[in-house]
Amino acid sequence: MDVIVLQLFNGISVSSILLLIALGLAITFGLMKVINMAHGELIMIGAYSAYVVQNLFTSYMPSSMFNWYFVAAIPVSFIVAFLMGLLLETTLIRFLYGRPLDSLLATWGIGLMLQQLARTIFGAPNVGVTSPSWLNGGVTIMGDVVLPYKRLFIIALVCLCLFAMYVYIYRSHSGRRMRAVMQNREMAACLGISTRRVDAVTFAIGSGIAGIAGCALTLMGPIGPSIGTYYIVDAFMVVVLGGVGKLVGTVFGAFGIGMSNTLFEYWTTASLGKVLVFLCIVAFLQWRPMGLIAMRSRSLD
Amino acid sequence: MHKRLMSPQRLWLLAGYTAAAVALFCAPLYLSDFRLNLLAKFLAFAIVALGLDLIWGYTGILSLGHGVFFGLGGYAMAMYLKLEASGGRLPDFMDWSGLTALPWFWKPFSSFGFAFAAGILLPALLALVLGYFTFRNRIRGVYFTILTQALVIITVTLFIGQQAYTGGTNGVTGYGKLFGQSLASPETKQTLYWVTVVALIAAYVLCRFLVKSRFGKVLRAIRDGENRVRFIGYNPAVYQMVAFSISAGLAGLAGMLFVLHVGIISPSMMGIVPSIEMVLWVAIGGRGTLVGAALGAILLNSAKSVFSESYPDAWLFFMGALFVIVVVFLPKGAAGLFGQFKWLRKGRTVHEDGDGVSYPAVR
Repeated sequence: MDVIVLQLFNGISVSSILLLIALGLAITFGLMKVINMAHGELIMIGAYSAYVVQNLFTSYMPSSMFNWYFVAAIPVSFIVAFLMGLLLETTLIRFLYGRPLDSLLATWGIGLMLQQLARTIFGAPNVGVTSPSWLNGGVTIMGDVVLPYKRLFIIALVCLCLFAMYVYIYRSHSGRRMRAVMQNREMAACLGISTRRVDAVTFAIGSGIAGIAGCALTLMGPIGPSIGTYYIVDAFMVVVLGGVGKLVGTVFGAFGIGMSNTLFEYWTTASLGKVLVFLCIVAFLQWRPMGLIAMRSRSLD
Repeated sequence: MHKRLMSPQRLWLLAGYTAAAVALFCAPLYLSDFRLNLLAKFLAFAIVALGLDLIWGYTGILSLGHGVFFGLGGYAMAMYLKLEASGGRLPDFMDWSGLTALPWFWKPFSSFGFAFAAGILLPALLALVLGYFTFRNRIRGVYFTILTQALVIITVTLFIGQQAYTGGTNGVTGYGKLFGQSLASPETKQTLYWVTVVALIAAYVLCRFLVKSRFGKVLRAIRDGENRVRFIGYNPAVYQMVAFSISAGLAGLAGMLFVLHVGIISPSMMGIVPSIEMVLWVAIGGRGTLVGAALGAILLNSAKSVFSESYPDAWLFFMGALFVIVVVFLPKGAAGLFGQFKWLRKGRTVHEDGDGVSYPAVR
């Protein structure tokens, strides 16, 4: 029983990180039909931002303040990744709208350059980020099952981000504009929505969330230039499984993949578990080729 | 094609092909053994590029999983060589991992014929199965591309994880003889080089035949408008599956040749980065032109071996930048750039085969 609870908790923890990463991907793909392979590198940028903030705190702040660096690191990571995304969108991505495969290749090239840049600046070896002391330890439930605070914190952070995204997409003016562009770009443009600006802002927000994900990942272990590539393919599978254009699909996709990854790896071995998850996804796509939740449209293709 | 068999243009083209073939066959005369071995490796890569061009340039399906097919071919050949080198005993890495008997799926690989056939058919079969479960459901475009990338990840994890059967991270290496001849001797290397040239030419002829046939026309039609093809009454899934598995088979063949030249195959050679590099060869050379794809593979790898020896860091920057430049400025690759020159176009009539990629290839 203890083991099952622990595995479930691990599954939820893995899923929540996947969700945070896939959120931005699903939105940009649904909105602009652009596959952003540099998303993993935006995660890396967020992680390194947290690292830099930590170093700044140790150098310039009294040591009593150190524990609060992480609170500052989250918005900093978001802003840095947001600006990076904005730059990427205005200089490159907007030339690639409607060409998913080409955008995939070009952004992969960007990702390669960003990785190499990080390697030049921070060095190839992984760097450690000391997590604040108030996140050490954990809650003990049911006698001997320990739920670490770090993972609980990440889950809470993801819930917060999800809630903020929900409010933004479904309850704000610019979110409504975004949904309009997603559903019918031409019509939205005719009604006076600046689709250019919607695209840019949406892409930047997706990038910013990736930055937060990177910041959260620093709690899980050391970070390196290729930290993003480890998660990016799983995040894309979330998008494929969940379908694009609806928040709810991404949530289901993330939990489907995160949970089954953890459980299969527990039942079999790590390598065999991945194969089983892949087979499950292919089998699932036999039933729903467009993912779990797809936007209905009468247009062909 | 059916108008005049021997127009001046065709003669020039024929002369060009002959010159290229002669230059390739005579390479041992003017290249050192080291360079020859490198060239042989690049020619093997060119075979992958041809296959990839068939599926991407002509059918509009981007596969990021060709590293797997390449690797499967390589492993098939390496397994034969390893068994040959172990001579009846258990291969060394199995010994280290505590296996006592040869696994059943290793047994048939002691025959060269089986290993050779498996090196081509296994990747082709895998591609056929994957294609069956995706194309039939109209999973295409980026969805398919992401699935192929996931295929790479799980295959690499599987091969690393099952160390007792696959040699783990180190891969399969430590063999030196083929048919009793040392793989390291210059004579064998020369023969293997010629074998590679013949294989490349055969692959080129096969691809060219396919592309010029009715089959190729349907492939291009699928690229430019899959639904229209379906409405006309074709079943695009069948064509996509066949093209994909031929492409995978070619990658497997290249993998086998690669192992003979290099003497090692490991999971790192079938990972995400090598797979996407293969795509870059085709993109640089020019998708939708067979010669362009093959030349792209050879040129880019030559550039890589020159650059990365002296500036390994700058090479990655360069490669990243190449991706961006090619996609944004040169969607048809170097061959497209070349084709823009006036003097080449002169005399060409309206009849263009439409080999270049036109957008929107994918919606």
